Amino acid sequence: MKDNTTKTGWLGLPPLVVGLGAVVAVVIFGWQFLLAESELEVLGLVALAAVAGWAGGKTGLTGSLNEAMRGHGRTMNGAIMIGLLAVIGLLSEEHFPLLMLTTMLLYLTVGLGLNVQFGLTGMVNFAGAAFFGIGAYTSAVLTTHSAVPPLLILIGGGLMAAAIGFLLIVPVVRTAGHYSAVVTIAFGVLFKTFLEVNDVLGGPQGLMVDSMKLFGWDFNDGPQLFGIEMSFYVNYALLGGGLAVLAFMLTQRLERSWLGLALDSVRLDETASACFGVNVVRAKVLAFTFGNILVGVAGSLYGMMISFIAPNSFTFADSLLMVSIVLLGGLGSLWGTAVAAVIVVLLPEKLQILQEYRFLLFSGLVIVMLLYRPQGLLPRGVRQFFPSWRPQR
Amino acid sequence: MSDILLEFEGLAKSFGGVRALDGLDMSVKRGEIIGLIGPNGSGKTTSFNVMTGVYSPTQGRVRFDGQDITGLSPRKVYEAGIARTFQRSRLCLPLSIFDNIMIGNHARVNNGLWFNLMNRRGLRQQVEDGYAKARDLVAGFSSNLADRMFDPVGALPMIERRRIEICRALVSSPKLLLLDEPSAGMTHDETAQLMDDILAVRDRMGDLSIIIIEHEMGVIERLTDHCVVLSYGKKISEGSYAQIAADSEVQTAYLGVD
Repeated sequence: MKDNTTKTGWLGLPPLVVGLGAVVAVVIFGWQFLLAESELEVLGLVALAAVAGWAGGKTGLTGSLNEAMRGHGRTMNGAIMIGLLAVIGLLSEEHFPLLMLTTMLLYLTVGLGLNVQFGLTGMVNFAGAAFFGIGAYTSAVLTTHSAVPPLLILIGGGLMAAAIGFLLIVPVVRTAGHYSAVVTIAFGVLFKTFLEVNDVLGGPQGLMVDSMKLFGWDFNDGPQLFGIEMSFYVNYALLGGGLAVLAFMLTQRLERSWLGLALDSVRLDETASACFGVNVVRAKVLAFTFGNILVGVAGSLYGMMISFIAPNSFTFADSLLMVSIVLLGGLGSLWGTAVAAVIVVLLPEKLQILQEYRFLLFSGLVIVMLLYRPQGLLPRGVRQFFPSWRPQR
Repeated sequence: MSDILLEFEGLAKSFGGVRALDGLDMSVKRGEIIGLIGPNGSGKTTSFNVMTGVYSPTQGRVRFDGQDITGLSPRKVYEAGIARTFQRSRLCLPLSIFDNIMIGNHARVNNGLWFNLMNRRGLRQQVEDGYAKARDLVAGFSSNLADRMFDPVGALPMIERRRIEICRALVSSPKLLLLDEPSAGMTHDETAQLMDDILAVRDRMGDLSIIIIEHEMGVIERLTDHCVVLSYGKKISEGSYAQIAADSEVQTAYLGVD
């Protein structure tokens, strides 16, 4: 049967070798991609990635990678984290690539949060940028006007986004259909207007945000290692990476649990779920809150990193960009979200010609995806509560 | 413990001016299989929906297992011990067989946030127990199906989907099972197989009561101990299949008057 797949996978190599090889390849690729200067170089690398992805899919690479993640989960997760550290290390003196990498990691965290809401529970959140902004503004106010330790401010940003999201969703959560989506659209649009007319929060000019400080260590000072002064973005990349990894683990555990199953069943059939004892209201509120915490924490750190925030960074268009991460990656697919975050955040930064047209480009891309590959770039598979668990027949 | 498991008293449900249920009295004994029949629009599915809390009744009471369950939410009704299948299959097609059955087990597992995110050991125990239970149930219908527990339900033919739906309803060990047109969309042979399955389920599960809505009179004749005939939301006849089949009022309701 299906379970007796041979231990050799892609090109006859053992899955673990394929998996570790893939991590090394992605590290080298990511490093080169982030450093690439000329547009030609970038285009070449994009073409290379597209061909590699396509060929890999055709020759069973994806299956082998799945097998590696299933059979050697711990080793693979460790390798991926070391890989991320390696990329940060290789770029340790480069300001701009590190800024892009960290932004991507924060958008990945956002994408994971939105995926819990949209991909699992079926609640589209069109106010992602607003909740991201709530996190950032929480940072701005608390870092400059209070003595709260910055690490707690991150959590505070998440809780603030979650609390406002809670107030927003509770009145509409009992309605079926797309009412909650409409409410988030309204909120996303109003949020920016509210900030622009609110002098206490800096109006259209925005606010300064103080840097992250951890136990007296200011993140805006570049760390020194063996006498080499590194970019201060290394600090943010490390913390952003830690945040993304934590968010990924939590989201994955949520998906692989009874709660994840309840969220899926609410998305697929609310009435039937209720008839089998699922508390639909609790499931929706839980998913919305869980997602907004991730979005808020990411926004909070983003504010500290870029040190200056304004309403224009948190527009409805930005929210749509965040939703497109979920759609491109594949509803409910966490690795898909990671791939899509790379595409949506890094591609326009590296290809300046695209920058102007990025909304057009991504809306086009989403339409093409929905038409020809609605399950996303990396479609979600059937839930495996415990990937290494192979029940006896 | 009284002999009567479920009792309707003057149950009524109106949608605007339409009286879908119009003062229905009915009772179900423990371990009994009741056939609920009647022409289209006579209130059969509505009675299921009122019983399970999907709609709350306009008037009347529903008593179940000594408890008044009138107007309770679907979740509470489910926890009291009533499980159902739907007229049109309402499985979650992209999810696996195991996932679908475990939705039915929802009320019996730990749904705490901390437990689900942090206590992987405890969760694993529950998942393994759930798997054993689900697999046993499915194996009772078809051993072939029991080897495909992690296949998506969308890949299965209609009869297998019905079986999964029944397993999803049974996994919580309900006292009353409501089957809404189990033969819909199936061939004659498949219907016959499914009837065998339902009888086997009843034999395995001691005093499980079943109410079955069905248009296929062969099914009703073979399965039921007792039939209730509805027309325009009212009970027009009741008795064994032979009795109701001979009732002239029933014939009029189905066939009209000359």
